[in-house]
Amino acid sequence: MQPRLTVVVVEEDRDRATGIVDALKENGDCDVHVIGNYASLARKIAAHSPDIVLIDIDNPTRDMMEELTLASGPLDRPVAMFVSGAAGGLAQAAIEAGVSAYVVDGLAPERVKPVMNTAIARFSVLRQMRQELAETRRALEERKVIDRAKGLLMKAKGIDEDAAYALLRKTAMDRGRKVADVAEALVTAAGLLG
Amino acid sequence: MRRVTIPVAYMPLIDAAPLIIAEEMGFAKAEAIALDLIPAPSWSSLRDMLGFGRVDAAHLLSVVPVAMGLGLGSMTTSLAAVSVLSVNGNVIGVGRPLEDALRAQGFRFDFSDAKAAAHALRRSRSGKLVFGVPFPFSMHVELLRYWAERTDLGVENIEIRTVPPPLMADALEAGDIDAFCVGEPWGSVAVDRGVGALLLPGRAIWQGAPEKVLATRTDWAETEPDLVGRLIRAVWHASRWLEKPESRIAAAEVLSRKDFLDLPPELIDRALSGRLILSGHGEQRKCDGFVRFHGAAASFPWRSQAKWMAHRLAQHYDLDADIKAGASVFRADLYRQHMSQTDADLPGASEKLEGAIHHPTAVASNRGRLNLLPDRFFDGAVFDPDALE
Repeated sequence: MQPRLTVVVVEEDRDRATGIVDALKENGDCDVHVIGNYASLARKIAAHSPDIVLIDIDNPTRDMMEELTLASGPLDRPVAMFVSGAAGGLAQAAIEAGVSAYVVDGLAPERVKPVMNTAIARFSVLRQMRQELAETRRALEERKVIDRAKGLLMKAKGIDEDAAYALLRKTAMDRGRKVADVAEALVTAAGLLG
Repeated sequence: MRRVTIPVAYMPLIDAAPLIIAEEMGFAKAEAIALDLIPAPSWSSLRDMLGFGRVDAAHLLSVVPVAMGLGLGSMTTSLAAVSVLSVNGNVIGVGRPLEDALRAQGFRFDFSDAKAAAHALRRSRSGKLVFGVPFPFSMHVELLRYWAERTDLGVENIEIRTVPPPLMADALEAGDIDAFCVGEPWGSVAVDRGVGALLLPGRAIWQGAPEKVLATRTDWAETEPDLVGRLIRAVWHASRWLEKPESRIAAAEVLSRKDFLDLPPELIDRALSGRLILSGHGEQRKCDGFVRFHGAAASFPWRSQAKWMAHRLAQHYDLDADIKAGASVFRADLYRQHMSQTDADLPGASEKLEGAIHHPTAVASNRGRLNLLPDRFFDGAVFDPDALE
């Protein structure tokens, strides 16, 4: 039997990290370590001498990984970036899912594949959740600005809330813009004049 | 002409200005292109985006394509540097403990004398000094190594560690690093956060260091000559605008926007004007030519610059590499081809003796009006690109 793979996940957010670890353990025979604090990252990673390192593609500390790919001492095992390595076809999927992976040079592709497939699936879910969260936040922000714009119109023109909203919407339609943009412009202008 | 959108990746730094200005001030539009500017979270990501075709062009560390040409790093796609976006613009800074030690021995932060600064650093601390840099393949690393090996500092006495610039101030504060070499605005951010002081501008080590390049995939540069040409020219016009003193305020405003650097214009203006605030003590120093975007063939991708980088990398990594292959990523040929229809004054040669110019010097050019600016190394050494062959 082959030795178990050692996987290091670099992730600051505990919930995200837990989700990734659980998925990896469920789907494969591997030891998973999480590094959640980025100070001296390269050394911490090297201490685990992992076979695979997974890190969010948007994580700025990815550049620290590049240093590991240059290490060549007997203890610092060289870590080659997965995308240029043997498991080629998975690279694009990994990038789309938002995960970057570093794999020890020479590790057989069939051993990398199950871990990567799990990671890709998990990161896709996380990415989607994050996008939805951002979308919700944005909608909330827009709601606030529209409410303020409505308030300004109600006060300035002595109209009720429905009429104020109708006016915003009509102006937006006439100009071919979003209601939120018109509201934003109004609030900004009111701030300047106010 | 149909307006074509080109996706372009950049890092939110002062020296991304030529690309941002090209799009925001209409220079891209004048070439019938639109730049879809995509900020990258790290240099690795930016390189991957470019290599995998997510973007067609990028604001890139000048050393990266050369290193890739030598087979270093974790991606093998061939990249081309089609023009230089900026010359110089880095700062070397120290954390508070080192700053205090330097002040205690009466060191004047003159922000110019590289030898004296190295000497003072050596005296202020025994043992290794740890420097943070943004990326293992960068002018930051090359300048630090060059400086250390040719001064009292000693290359064996420094350790260079990668720290993402947004985390540089934290790393200084936590004592993970003693000092740093980073591009603006991150040096000024460390000063404003009260965790460090600026010691030297990059140009105190090499006055002619190409810092960022406009990079594309080599295959794209060769199969889309028309687009590459429009892109190079749009950026060239933007940098010409950017270099005018009267553009500075507007440039700082544009860069400061939330979509780009998201920092106060005043902080951005320090690098653009070369008036840097060195420390919490408020010392201000004027550094002429702190970062240059245009004029004196600033954007010309000199093969000899690339050879210098390739030579340094090959030495450090003990590569038996073909320097020429590494240097050939600087595409002086494409730059000439695409700039020939403009009023740019192109140098007659594509290589020069690096470090040999000590005063503004007239050189042969197609319009006969080209003066090159000093490109001196602090130790007065001259790099002869032909001597390698």
